[in-house]
Amino acid sequence: MSDSHASHDLQAAPGAHEHGVGHVVPVKMLVGVLAALLVLTVVTVGVSYIDLGRMNVVVAMAVATVKAALVALFFMHLYWDKPFNGFLLVGSLFLVAVFLSFCMLDAREYRDTRQIIAPAALDAINALQPPK
Amino acid sequence: MSHEASHGHDSHGQGSHGSGHNPYLAHHFETPEQQFSAAKLGMWLFMGQEVLFFSGLFCFYAVVRFNYPEIFVAGAKALNKELGALNTVVLLVSSLTMALGVRAAQLGKKRQLPVLLFLTFLCGTGFMVIKGFEYTAKYQHGTLWGVEGYKGKGRLGMPASTMLGTHVDAHAGDAHATPSDQVAHAATRPPGTAPVTTGSPDRSDVPPPGVAPSGIAPEPAPKSHDHLLHGEQPANLHRFFGVYFGLTALHGLHVLVGMGLLAWLFLKSLKGAFNPQNFTQVELVGLYWHLVDLIWIYLFPLLYLIG
Repeated sequence: MSDSHASHDLQAAPGAHEHGVGHVVPVKMLVGVLAALLVLTVVTVGVSYIDLGRMNVVVAMAVATVKAALVALFFMHLYWDKPFNGFLLVGSLFLVAVFLSFCMLDAREYRDTRQIIAPAALDAINALQPPK
Repeated sequence: MSHEASHGHDSHGQGSHGSGHNPYLAHHFETPEQQFSAAKLGMWLFMGQEVLFFSGLFCFYAVVRFNYPEIFVAGAKALNKELGALNTVVLLVSSLTMALGVRAAQLGKKRQLPVLLFLTFLCGTGFMVIKGFEYTAKYQHGTLWGVEGYKGKGRLGMPASTMLGTHVDAHAGDAHATPSDQVAHAATRPPGTAPVTTGSPDRSDVPPPGVAPSGIAPEPAPKSHDHLLHGEQPANLHRFFGVYFGLTALHGLHVLVGMGLLAWLFLKSLKGAFNPQNFTQVELVGLYWHLVDLIWIYLFPLLYLIG
């Protein structure tokens, strides 16, 4: 049990430091996380005004990932949680990566054939509609 | 063992079971901690599934962007960056009020909890109102998903022809027209009329492009990049708005569901239903709300910022 604050004392008085289950995050930390998120939002908007070429995507995604990690770790309590919950999130992200990778491989295979496929598709649509 | 203690009911005194004196502990759990962990595990499984659910549309984004990078440049310019950033701030603040709400529930602060839940709900409302303004502007610009193209109104104030990649340029009557030009003219054929024979040098029977259906448009000619400099829009820009509306509408739907859950929690919290032994529902709705925030954290730069 990674949660050192978990208490089995079911008779804990409301408002006291003793509480049920789960980790109670200090207010200071929560506000600090929000401040960091807002600063990162300003950063990512600011960077979008600078033309870094392909690096714009990389920077924007890196900042978004840091923000997402802050939300997941502190707002969603993953930092104090059982590791398995975090594993579920990371696992689903891994599966998303697999999904996207294979789709992009496929898209790359067909990218150069768009000029052939689009006219062929239009011809097929034309053939379906009876001429008046 | 006639009934189990459901932690969802505000049954303070009536839950005396044989298994223990905790009215919120279902009989099939050993400890409150085990019960809480099981509930959270279920929620995380659901949220993992949600991530995969959204990934379909993120994949849509990736493939369209890979094939038509130029429409994302024009599309990001067409979106209101300030409103998007404001919505990001609204959603981030709502995540803080939600996290504080979970904290208040954990500590049994029964007067704070409804206030914080209400503030979170208000932020969700604000997000949807701002989104509504954005959608209204998109509608007025005629970028709403596939509708305006049929009316020949065009998108972004541009003639439909340029939006659909069917713009008639100086080479329209040129016998050396490229195959993509021919297809472009085929696309201008209104539904129900005879197909234009591809390769026909005589294009006088080609109807005006205003009635073109939005559908498969061929790849834009490389020269359409120059049009961006003159404020014109690249062909296939409607695909960007397909991605935009698909992703933001699915996300907005999640916000609405979260607001419904928050309203439910708010009403329960007014009755004092939650306490340090019974806050699982607040915690789980909080997780859901943060997930919605998390998805927006990615959506905002992907749609509004990187062009």
